[in-house]
Amino acid sequence: MGAIPETTTVDLRPGPAPSPAPPRIGVLALQGSFALHAAVLRRLGIEAVEVRRAAALEGLDGLIIPGGESSTMLKFLLEEDLFDPLTAFHREGGALYGTCAGAILLARSVENPAQESLGLLDIEIQRNGYGRQLESHVGACPCPVLGEPDLPLVMIRGPVISDTGPGVEVLAAWRGAPAFVREGRVLATTFHPELTDDTRIHAYFLKLAHETRQTTAGKKSGTILG
Amino acid sequence: MSTDFRLKTGLADMLKGGAIMDVTNAEQARIAEDAGAVSVMALERVPADIRRDGGVARMSSPEKIREIIASVSIPVMAKVRIGHFVEAQILQEMGVDFVDESEVLTPADEENHIDKHAFEVPFVCGCRNLGEALRRIGEGAALIRTKGEAGSGNIVEAVRHLRRIGNELRRLTILTDDELMSAAKELRAPYEIVRMVARDGRLPVPNFAAGGVATPADAALCMQLGAESVFVGSGIFKSTDPEQRAKAIVKAVTHYRDPAMLVEVSMGLGEPMRGLDIATMPEEELLQTRGN
Repeated sequence: MGAIPETTTVDLRPGPAPSPAPPRIGVLALQGSFALHAAVLRRLGIEAVEVRRAAALEGLDGLIIPGGESSTMLKFLLEEDLFDPLTAFHREGGALYGTCAGAILLARSVENPAQESLGLLDIEIQRNGYGRQLESHVGACPCPVLGEPDLPLVMIRGPVISDTGPGVEVLAAWRGAPAFVREGRVLATTFHPELTDDTRIHAYFLKLAHETRQTTAGKKSGTILG
Repeated sequence: MSTDFRLKTGLADMLKGGAIMDVTNAEQARIAEDAGAVSVMALERVPADIRRDGGVARMSSPEKIREIIASVSIPVMAKVRIGHFVEAQILQEMGVDFVDESEVLTPADEENHIDKHAFEVPFVCGCRNLGEALRRIGEGAALIRTKGEAGSGNIVEAVRHLRRIGNELRRLTILTDDELMSAAKELRAPYEIVRMVARDGRLPVPNFAAGGVATPADAALCMQLGAESVFVGSGIFKSTDPEQRAKAIVKAVTHYRDPAMLVEVSMGLGEPMRGLDIATMPEEELLQTRGN
């Protein structure tokens, strides 16, 4: 795993908080492991909002798109007109984190089979890249940005990131492919930290959402949802 | 919990908040996937036809299963007869993602269920009460569903089973530690699992609903009663407009607490499957009493 590029270390220790209010986080609750993500956030002291309609994005600093079936979630995004509100949420400064199906929905391009995606993260991704359920597996991978110990990794019919754009940082890799990536205020993992006891990725996301909020404070209008 | 078991329940976790649809061929599987199903269940005949035709109902043919696997990108489940571990070996070998050891098919063993720990592929099993659920979990099931009354188009039995499981779960949580062995004896369930459930107040695996779902309202009812996803058997392909009904049930599962959305999705669906009055059915025609 020596192939992981150098990255800037993010200090996860609670320092002097720039703002006393915790970030407001939503979990896209159309289908999948949204309740498990909410449970991890609860352990970190955050009560997440379940997002099923665009209106629920209002006022959020960050949104998690959970694991599940990307083809099912995509139907909802298309038929219930969530594409534009999610794109606007990102444009207006919202932080995003996608796990597995969530990573697929955020990607620039999706293969195996090809399907539409939000294009908010400059990666190309293969659905079910390891194969069917019998190929689901666990492991652990180093992640310099989060420090020791290695990140536990649960892959359930996981996707494989086959290409990353120049703006994408690879924060952890597994079996030679990026497994945890970041582009600006967008994070994605091809595995499921919500199925483990390790809360570091969620804490990292909260910090990202919090920082993003500081930099976009006052910029956000109340009209992003049209 | 072993690593392997986390992978098994993990797939069930990813299917939460979704609809899993019975299909008998590739064309139906594609209709289900296009409607937004999170998974399809391959079987030879839908339960309503099994009920009508009689005879022995078995695992679907390998050709059909292969055809269904090749036609969709979502996980594929398939049913085996209760106790028929060789049918399960065949499905695992074919790469099926989840095996349903199902009372809808004719049981192969009237005493024993499959030792599901022996398999890499995860299993789902039906139950009518908490004891039955915990016995199946003890045998290695990674997902529990209500039995309901398959092929009846009548939600009454699924409701009965969901309510009973919820009620029995809540009762366990108020018992003292020294009362749990007696509770395990009454439930006829493994003591260690009874203790875990009493401590957590919930099953150690996801809990879905099945058996008799015919309308979007039926699906939302199961969700509001605590089911985490819904299996739809005959309800889709025995209705007059399977495409629209499948879509509507998918949406009803997601928006199960949103009455305005339930109104919207319940319109323009044509006729649901014709239902059966379970109270007037002879005992020997019930599928839910198979396996225990």
